Amino acid sequence: MLSGTVVVAASFAYLLVLFAVAWYGDRRAEQGRSIIANPWTYAMSLAVYCTAWTYFGSVGRAASGGVWFLPIYLGPTLAMSLSWVVLLKMIRISRTYRITSIADFIASRYGKSHLLGGLVTIIAVVGMVPYIALQLKAISSGYSVLTGSDDSGVFPFAAASWFNDGTLYVALTLALFTVLFGARHLDAAERHEGMVAAIAFESVVKLLAFLVIGGFVTWSVYEGFDDIFTRAFADPELAALLSLKTASSAGYGGWFALTLLAMLSVIFLPRQFQVTVVENVNEQHLRRATWLFPGYLLLINIFVLPIALGGLLYFGRGTVDPDTFVLSLPLAHGERALALLAFVGGFSAATGMVIVETIAVSTMVCNDLVMPLLLGIERFKRSNHPDLTGLLLGIRRGAIVVVLLLGYLYFRLAGEAYALVSIGLISFAAVAQFAPAMLGGMYWRGGTREGALAGLLAGFVVWAYTLMLPSVAKSGWLDRAFLDYGLFGLEYLRPEQLFGLGGLDSISHALFWSLTANIACYVIVSLARVPTGQEATQATLFVDVFSRGQDTPATFWRGSAQIQDLQPLVARFLGAERARRMFESYARERGVARIDDLKPDAGLVQFAETQLAGAIGSASARVMVSSVVQEEPLGLDEVMDILDEASQVRAYSHELEEKSQALEAATAELRAANERLKELDRLKDDFMSSVTHELRTPLTSIRAFSEMLLDDPEIDLKDRTRFLGIIVSETERLTRLVNQVLDMAKIESGHAEWHNTDIDMRELVGHAVETTEQLFRDRGAVLELDLPDRAPHLRADRDRLLQVMLNLISNAAKFVPGDTGVVRVRLTCETGQLRVDVTDNGPGIAPEQLGVIFEKFRQGGDQYSRPQGTGLGLPISRQIVEHFGGRLWVQSRPGEGATFSFVLPLPPEAGDGPDRAMT
Amino acid sequence: MMRRGLAGQRLVATFLGGALLFNYPVLSLLDRSEPFFGMPMLWACLFIVWAVLIAVVAWIAERGAR
Repeated sequence: MLSGTVVVAASFAYLLVLFAVAWYGDRRAEQGRSIIANPWTYAMSLAVYCTAWTYFGSVGRAASGGVWFLPIYLGPTLAMSLSWVVLLKMIRISRTYRITSIADFIASRYGKSHLLGGLVTIIAVVGMVPYIALQLKAISSGYSVLTGSDDSGVFPFAAASWFNDGTLYVALTLALFTVLFGARHLDAAERHEGMVAAIAFESVVKLLAFLVIGGFVTWSVYEGFDDIFTRAFADPELAALLSLKTASSAGYGGWFALTLLAMLSVIFLPRQFQVTVVENVNEQHLRRATWLFPGYLLLINIFVLPIALGGLLYFGRGTVDPDTFVLSLPLAHGERALALLAFVGGFSAATGMVIVETIAVSTMVCNDLVMPLLLGIERFKRSNHPDLTGLLLGIRRGAIVVVLLLGYLYFRLAGEAYALVSIGLISFAAVAQFAPAMLGGMYWRGGTREGALAGLLAGFVVWAYTLMLPSVAKSGWLDRAFLDYGLFGLEYLRPEQLFGLGGLDSISHALFWSLTANIACYVIVSLARVPTGQEATQATLFVDVFSRGQDTPATFWRGSAQIQDLQPLVARFLGAERARRMFESYARERGVARIDDLKPDAGLVQFAETQLAGAIGSASARVMVSSVVQEEPLGLDEVMDILDEASQVRAYSHELEEKSQALEAATAELRAANERLKELDRLKDDFMSSVTHELRTPLTSIRAFSEMLLDDPEIDLKDRTRFLGIIVSETERLTRLVNQVLDMAKIESGHAEWHNTDIDMRELVGHAVETTEQLFRDRGAVLELDLPDRAPHLRADRDRLLQVMLNLISNAAKFVPGDTGVVRVRLTCETGQLRVDVTDNGPGIAPEQLGVIFEKFRQGGDQYSRPQGTGLGLPISRQIVEHFGGRLWVQSRPGEGATFSFVLPLPPEAGDGPDRAMT
Repeated sequence: MMRRGLAGQRLVATFLGGALLFNYPVLSLLDRSEPFFGMPMLWACLFIVWAVLIAVVAWIAERGAR
């Protein structure tokens, strides 16, 4: 056992450290070098979720229910994985509209309603005060275990009367701390850096302390996990704790309900809202907290079951309260320092929760309960007291002290009663009632003030009837009769089997009925009427917070305001100096030099109201602002008009964008088409000039010789015959040219006639070679023929193919050198096609001309070496080959001759009918 | 922005997976009496699934930060 003095000294020493940390945090914040502006501190501060109820209570729960302590921590893990969907939106909304508490959030969302804010505050106070009491009880019973003064721990710190009860002084010290670091000055953003630093510090302390104790129990008292679990398996009573079904009667439904409850709690507990949303420095910090906080929960829970089993194995059942195993196990083994460390860990868990919860609840009480009441007093509203910051701070501080004292009072009254022991989950169930109004408000525009009011009220009443009152009755402060026989003796009104619903544990039962009533009332009442203008405005601001952007103030306002009225109003609640600075920075943002030059528009009113909202709550801010500005309330229709207008503008601009994009695409297409047309036009011109040029050459010589014949009848017969021969050959050339042009035009336009027959290519190539033999003889060149033994027939127009062959061979003949010229014609069968190569040993074709020679009127060779020809032969040949699905190409290197090749596909074996046309 | 992006969808998917694993009927599969390396099957499996879930969330959240 430890002496009381040591424990008290350690506790207060720890509190002093806490003060130091908070003071340091505040100082650094003033210097602009925040120590909490990093994701680690943020994640640690979220761990305020783990209270003394976790620290001591988890072991207690595990001792009676095995793994059933886990859903309380699995739920937050699941909820945090959704934080980028839900919490981020809450943070953004709260930052944009200076929302500082859950009550304010709900009140603001549903048309800045005082009534709603008040109701939420009352639920929070009713739900949280016993929870705070539970923390105080944990401290006091921890003390009594350590000092061994009173094992039952009813009135700890061994106090006979309240004035020498150490718990009271702890509570008062905590009140002092909270006042100092939670309400030292008024901050429009309501952020408390020092306090958050202290909370993060406490989270680290409680985790380390718990891990040390867990390690001690696991490896020092026992020989590791194996040892503890082997012993537990051996004891049938303990073995039952290790299975889900045997450890609790709640079943899987109960498990699900607990997980859901914890999920909602980690978002909607006032203290969680405070650290997660209000104290958030940077939205990006949430990213790391998403996994770090669940990781923290996992770590702090690893040793819970081993400690519980270890304690049960060591002490046996019923001798020592399992809630105190964390302390009593080290004590029983004589490790007094460890026990003290365990106590400090639990102390930090309790104080952390008390501090944050008190700040959160006192903010609500001040902004949503006291301020509206004060504003209700006409004299207060009209009074022209220039500075009310002192009053506001006084209210805030008073609320802190009152909440803490209420907690202490409840603890003194309830003591060991059931109402206190079971309060953890009961509190969770109370805050779960905020979920429909909060989530509905963030994602659904249709929720109305009455809907939220009805939902919250119904949920709260059902919660009170099915959970709170039974716990009070079980504590013996109320006649148990209504518990067993129902209200007014009506069986179906039994609070723990409402309407005869049995088979559920009390938490699942209450959660089911309260959330059902809550959601049903919220939805049904909301749907009873259309939202008012104010509600629709707020709904839009909340639901569309991401798409609206932060810098576009709401313009749902019509009226006139004077800066001379607004500034003193803000100054009344935030202080003159602060108000002046705020308006100055706002003026700078607007690009105006002096405050007086600010345009008294909707944006300014919105700005003033938002600043006020941070200090006195959105509903009160609304009342105050509307008292100094002349405004016309907007009806739903007008709000909707503005919204429609905005969305129409958005839609139009979107449409416009799409159209301009389409237009651009069309323009590009047109441009491309135009280019193509120009190119075609150019080609046509080229073609025309080429044709006329080609026509003119023979015409000129025909005309020249004809004129000579005409002018000089004396020409002798020899010359006359020669001239006439030239005229005839030039005429033939003309005819050929005209025929080819017509041919080309026909093929290109698709009007050519094709007479397909079965063709033996061997015969065709042979025929072509025979036809051109004379040509070769004239040039003194050699023609070599290389034919396969047999070639499959193909179906094509014989004359056309012959035309191609003749063209290629005569081309080759034209280019080969006079006496040494060799032209080789080769036919080969390849798979699925026939190939013809015509190779010559002429001068070859320059690389840059390879592509050109297939164009019309473009002949190979330079101007002088160019032989006679129309320049249409190759283009026509290519057209013909391509018509039959083949390909014509040339390979050549200058000086090494050229090879013109073409392939023609063979008809597929099947379907090779005699009548099949190729066209 | 992670909110609309892939990371947000991945986190929602992880949530759904976690909700499935932490509830009936998957839970009933883990609730066996035989030990798992000397530890209670349910207890060990819950912590393993939990740790894996946190690791997955960490991977998604920190990756999205890049």
